[in-house]
Amino acid sequence: MTQNIVEQIKNNPDYQKLVKTRSKFAWTLSIIMLVLYYAFIMVIAFKPELLGMKTGMGVMTIGIPVGIAIIIIAFVLTGIYVKRANGEFDTLTQNIKKSIEDVA
Amino acid sequence: MRKLLLITLLFNTLLFGAGAIEGEIQRQPLNISAIIMFLIFVAGTLGITYWASKQTKTASDFYTAGGGITGFQNGMAIAGDYMSAASFLGISGLVYLAGYDGLIYSIGFLVGWPIILFLIAERLRNLGKYTFADVAAYRLKQEPIRILAASGSIATVILYLIAQMVGSGKLIELLFGLPYEWAVVLVGTLMILYVTFGGMLATTWVQIIKAVLLLSGATFMAVMVMSQFGFSFEALFTKAVEVHPEGESIMSPGGLVSDPISAISLGVALMFGTAGLPHILMRFFTVNDAKEARKSVFYATGFIGYFYILTFIIGFGAIVLVLNHPEYLDLAKQAVSGGTPILGGKNMAAIHLSHAVGGDLFLGFISAVAFATILAVVSGLTLAGATAVSHDLYANVFEKDKCDEAKEMKVSKIATVILGIIAIGLGIAFEKQNIAFVVGLAFAIAASANFPVLFLSMFWSKLTTKGAVIGGSLGLATAIALVILGPIVWVQIFGYEEAIFPYKYPALFSVSVAFISIWFFSITDKSSSAQDEIDAYEAQNIRSQTGIGAEGAVAH
Repeated sequence: MTQNIVEQIKNNPDYQKLVKTRSKFAWTLSIIMLVLYYAFIMVIAFKPELLGMKTGMGVMTIGIPVGIAIIIIAFVLTGIYVKRANGEFDTLTQNIKKSIEDVA
Repeated sequence: MRKLLLITLLFNTLLFGAGAIEGEIQRQPLNISAIIMFLIFVAGTLGITYWASKQTKTASDFYTAGGGITGFQNGMAIAGDYMSAASFLGISGLVYLAGYDGLIYSIGFLVGWPIILFLIAERLRNLGKYTFADVAAYRLKQEPIRILAASGSIATVILYLIAQMVGSGKLIELLFGLPYEWAVVLVGTLMILYVTFGGMLATTWVQIIKAVLLLSGATFMAVMVMSQFGFSFEALFTKAVEVHPEGESIMSPGGLVSDPISAISLGVALMFGTAGLPHILMRFFTVNDAKEARKSVFYATGFIGYFYILTFIIGFGAIVLVLNHPEYLDLAKQAVSGGTPILGGKNMAAIHLSHAVGGDLFLGFISAVAFATILAVVSGLTLAGATAVSHDLYANVFEKDKCDEAKEMKVSKIATVILGIIAIGLGIAFEKQNIAFVVGLAFAIAASANFPVLFLSMFWSKLTTKGAVIGGSLGLATAIALVILGPIVWVQIFGYEEAIFPYKYPALFSVSVAFISIWFFSITDKSSSAQDEIDAYEAQNIRSQTGIGAEGAVAH
């Protein structure tokens, strides 16, 4: 990649938008996942009885749906990211690539 | 208190001996149906290897299947890499023994994947060609970075291989009733065949087939269990609580994670370790572009999450259908220690359950799948190790500038054979050793040496060669030192009274050492080459964000 192209992409508004929105989105989702996981671990370390509470009359505890929910949320978050990346981010990337080809 | 101790011990075994079945094993009677089904698997995969060998001509074919794997296939193969015999037998065994705590363990292993997707997968694909060292060394000095990355990769691969080889030996005694050494030699030989002839294409398909077999088998077991309880979790749990010696406490967290430092450190090891495993990182180069790379992680996360939910049901199913059932009891052991020990130990819970729900034939199927699982995992590991030798060390350090592709491929095949022989040798040497630390050490090295250098090379413009080499090496050294001084090696193996380093999971400390020293030695590096490396970040970042200039796929 020549310095010329680097400068050109750097100043491309699509590129700036891509970097900004995608970074923000990726870090937001990462933080959601990290907070969820570490909150779960901290409850287990400090207040495990919270997860041991009964949900109703039977033996089912809150911990089981919570644990399964974290697994499902992890998957759903990857789905949310992939959906937006396949649409919005890929379109921006295509635009950037086109702008280079037009010049070259 | 006894339960807490028991679970801590067990958890150690699980994380640090993942892949291994621990302790003394008593060989079981010959299991013919399992052996036949395993032979069918071997025949099928060797057929695929033959087909793959016809397609594998260039180095790119060999290392990354020419980049022609789809996102879905790669997701399946990643899941295959991750669903080892240890996850399947170990987690269901942990659920069987302790209930809820098994779920905590599964969650820890899963949550790294979304992070890998959000932050790493696409950049990795856009920057790299065959190994993660391609990415780490993108704008830094090739030789020192590649030596560091290759050392981290090879150390991780060999440690992991030891665990898998010893695990295969113990499993073959338990599942097939064949001697330990047979398994080690058989696994070593087959993996050499898959990798040298079929390269990444064969390795990927072995992984996919095994993932499909394992997911189908586990699904069948879970459905059979649930069908006995009218598909009601409440009914399953009620019955489990009734028969389990721990009663209602299996429904809530036990002693798995007791202090916050260990908890965080374990989380760091699982998350960053996963993102630093060379055989996992290499999988991202087998797809065409960033889009397929991200799809891979989406599918992989789905399959792995689904699999962990199945193992939870299987564990509870085993409590009801295996525990207290005399045909699965180890009477000899019971006579000595009391309680209700099952044949082969708690990790056999899923295997016995397969017999309880599907009879002898299904038992044979699950046994064959469990063994096939090890075979698939070691193939991926060996290929990653061989690539580090041939691509990073040979082609980019020792024979720099005078190495052509044909030579490089030859070296990687030789490296595969040598790695296979080393694996067989170590597998036999470690038969009677306590290997509880090896996979933990592999994860600690991946998290502390591989991951920080890779991550900062992509995200931090001010990283310099000096910072990466000193910081990465310190991370590596700290991880090794803390594992040796920690409770598992220092107390359990060396037999000292008390550990010098009190925590079993060193990752929190060794990863911090790596990050801080990489930062410190980078910002204090005022050389002109350091400035050039910082200036080169801009162009690297554009490529990592957009894929412009990235290696495309070679169409078949």
